[in-house]
Amino acid sequence: MRIRLLLFAGVRDLVGDAVREIDVPDDATPGEVWNELVAAHSALAAHQIPMVAVNEEYARPDTRLRENDELAFIPPVSGG
Amino acid sequence: VSLLTTEAIDHDALIRQVLRSSDGAVVFFAGVVRNHHEGRAVEAIEYQAYESMARKEMARVIDSVAREHDEVRIAVVHRLGLLEVGQTSIAIACASPHRAEAFEACRKVIDRIKETVPIWKREIGPDGSSWSGWQGESVAGGRERDA
Repeated sequence: MRIRLLLFAGVRDLVGDAVREIDVPDDATPGEVWNELVAAHSALAAHQIPMVAVNEEYARPDTRLRENDELAFIPPVSGG
Repeated sequence: VSLLTTEAIDHDALIRQVLRSSDGAVVFFAGVVRNHHEGRAVEAIEYQAYESMARKEMARVIDSVAREHDEVRIAVVHRLGLLEVGQTSIAIACASPHRAEAFEACRKVIDRIKETVPIWKREIGPDGSSWSGWQGESVAGGRERDA
């Protein structure tokens, strides 16, 4: 299934993209998507999995993703 | 009300947005770009946001504080993009018939925004730049969060 992956701040800089349309297995989780990302971008391995948002809501890394979901990795926020 | 902007923030306009004739107090908070961070010089800060979610989370913070202080009217705007030292990154105005509630509400709004709203700052200095809370964070070490 296809999902939309959004990357921000330090994660975006290391991966090189802000937005990606990616194919993942049915019922994939954000944690699994993160592991794939780390496998492809070794610099991420120094970092813990960031917070996760699915469709603009904070979610657990073991949430089951659905077709067309918007997944975002949220590194430590620093607004204000 | 636009919660996010790339333009300079108009402090007075934000205050006018919330102040009613029944109010006896308006507390205004501005977060500004300072020229140092953890002993290092800062020349500018870039703010980036997950804009759609940031708007939702900011609205959620405003709603939660407004529910706890029903006499207080709240307006917030966060600036995005590249900001220079001295420029306002976030402004909050809380108007109320009495000052105590306005102070309390304003403090809650900034504290909660810093916790949950997906906005990031990259501090830029003479020696390069780094995303706040990211560089020092690793599997081995702890996670550093400065506000």
